[in-house]
Amino acid sequence: MKSYFAAALLSAIHLPAIAVEMQGSISLQQRSFIESAQFAHQGDHQTSIAIEPEFYLPWHDGQDAFIFTPFARLDSLDDERSHWDIQEAKWVHLRDDWEFELGVGIVFWGVTESQHLVDVINQTDQVETVNGDRKLGQPMAHLSLIRDWGVLDAFVLPGFRERTFTGEKGRLRTPLVVNTNQARYESSAKAQHIDFALRWSRTLGDWDVGLAGFKGTDREPILQPVGQNELAPYYQQMWQVSTDIQATLGEWLWKIEALHKEGQFEHYQAGVAGFEYTLIGLADSNIDLGLLSEYNWDRRGLNANTPYQNDLFLGTRLVFNDVDGSELLLGVARDLEQMSYSGRIEGSTRFGQHWRLNLEAWLFYSSEANDPLYSWKDDDMLSINLEYFF
Amino acid sequence: MKKIYLPISLTVALMSTAVISPVLASDDQGLTIMQERKLRDTGWRSNEATLEMRLTNAQGQTSTRNLRMKSLEVKGDGDKSLSIFDTPHDVKGTAFLSFSHVTGADDQWLYLPALKRVKRIASRNKSGPFMGSEFAYEDLSSFEVEKYNYRYLGEADIGGEKTWKIENIPTDQYSGYSKLITWIDQQHYRVLKTEYYDRKSALLKTLTFSNYQAYEVRQELDGENKRFWRANLLAVENHQTGKSTQLNFSEYRFDTGLSEADFNKSKLKRAR
Repeated sequence: MKSYFAAALLSAIHLPAIAVEMQGSISLQQRSFIESAQFAHQGDHQTSIAIEPEFYLPWHDGQDAFIFTPFARLDSLDDERSHWDIQEAKWVHLRDDWEFELGVGIVFWGVTESQHLVDVINQTDQVETVNGDRKLGQPMAHLSLIRDWGVLDAFVLPGFRERTFTGEKGRLRTPLVVNTNQARYESSAKAQHIDFALRWSRTLGDWDVGLAGFKGTDREPILQPVGQNELAPYYQQMWQVSTDIQATLGEWLWKIEALHKEGQFEHYQAGVAGFEYTLIGLADSNIDLGLLSEYNWDRRGLNANTPYQNDLFLGTRLVFNDVDGSELLLGVARDLEQMSYSGRIEGSTRFGQHWRLNLEAWLFYSSEANDPLYSWKDDDMLSINLEYFF
Repeated sequence: MKKIYLPISLTVALMSTAVISPVLASDDQGLTIMQERKLRDTGWRSNEATLEMRLTNAQGQTSTRNLRMKSLEVKGDGDKSLSIFDTPHDVKGTAFLSFSHVTGADDQWLYLPALKRVKRIASRNKSGPFMGSEFAYEDLSSFEVEKYNYRYLGEADIGGEKTWKIENIPTDQYSGYSKLITWIDQQHYRVLKTEYYDRKSALLKTLTFSNYQAYEVRQELDGENKRFWRANLLAVENHQTGKSTQLNFSEYRFDTGLSEADFNKSKLKRAR
């Protein structure tokens, strides 16, 4: 029946033989907050399930493909965390020395671990993870030229994605709830403003170098009070130039990311630089020990709306190199100007061919009310994530 | 005991060599065999293979993983290789790109599909285990004559085939081994067996190659077909831990149209 249908389809529209490949995951997550909530209505526990299948449909022997990756999470506590997104819905056309993709996609730029300063194409899906490394799909037309002189990526970005924010009952939020329905824009085109980005990157021996420019709607909103007790995101227009460089010298990785950004109200520079050292085969075992240190700096100092204005990050990563791909990560980010820090312990391991278990603990401390981290100071959290991959 | 009296000048020369470098230069016979081995395996240009990796622990429990490997021959340097993981499912889509070099550290990049991130990784990990297996990264990188100094140890029979037994001493200080002993068959110059000795000179593991199959690749220079031998089964046994790993190659294909462009780091996120 299936083959008959496929044959009929083929003869009807003369498509080459195609087959959809599917992979993805379903996960169950439990987050528990140890201390009593700082703000009214916040809960202590949240259970959620998430699903993310990826459909891949190649033709012309993989030279062309359509990729579709929807994502959804259902959360027991926070209505804002129950959300869905199209992570990818794009056509890609691949040639040896150029590539083109059209549709919704995710692009990562950068080299550092403690923050992803220059990673500007996609909006942050803030309700997903504590450190904001989860992104929302961005509509784009993206051309890559892959040449001897490096790789040039040019982006036209129509359609803006607004940042997600924790709802009233959720933890890890600002004292006043952000009402995303009240979002405002500098541009009269609002979310329809067309943004542009350009990036050149190249490997020169031990060095991987990137230079990038972006002009358009700032992914980072300015939160302004509206009404009695709400905040509204305001999305300004901005441009920025940035660089990201990694030197891979034996066991040492040296990394730097820096940017200059000009917005409606201010212009500033920010940077993050550090190293990662890997000790191979710790004490004659198979375990690799990674030691990380990164310094985060922002010219705006304490006025910056980021916790990374003058902060030192120290981390260690244990890679067990075992059958189950077990890893353990410890990290502390300490503010050097005021008493404020966040700490993270994360461990993960595999069970069989399909399951992965992830345990995560976050600790927050802040004694200064003007510190962005202050509103999270009572949100120490334990999280268990069990994920089934198919 | 038979005493050998060396001329003083030679004794001094030998001693000073030993002091400057503990590794003696290759002997002619060992080097000649290894040069011929490399020559016979030159000209295959590129290949692709599908493989299953079966890991067995000391208690006999096994787990498997599936991957695909693409390799590109590089003239005058180590080869380029791209590995794409299909299982375990949580690492599906992870891609590992390696440019191996005759001297110095290899260049390695890892693509992490969950973050859409290409990460350059520290490359001095050649002695580290590949995907939790008993293979180290350096065991899977391409054979280059300059990577070792050689000593001819004599002849031996392996499964009825006549072989030469050769000691290989790594020239790279970051190798995880003090020496390798390889058995090379005299007819086709294929490796049939390798013993790996750890840095403390203790026998660490034995790798055996079997189910050899010949593939023909047309040579650009003279238009003639040349035969290349590939083992379909690689089995390594770790004598110190009791663990073992088998690599089963199911689909070797040569000359599939791979080029330099397929091994660009910006292509990693497209690897399927």
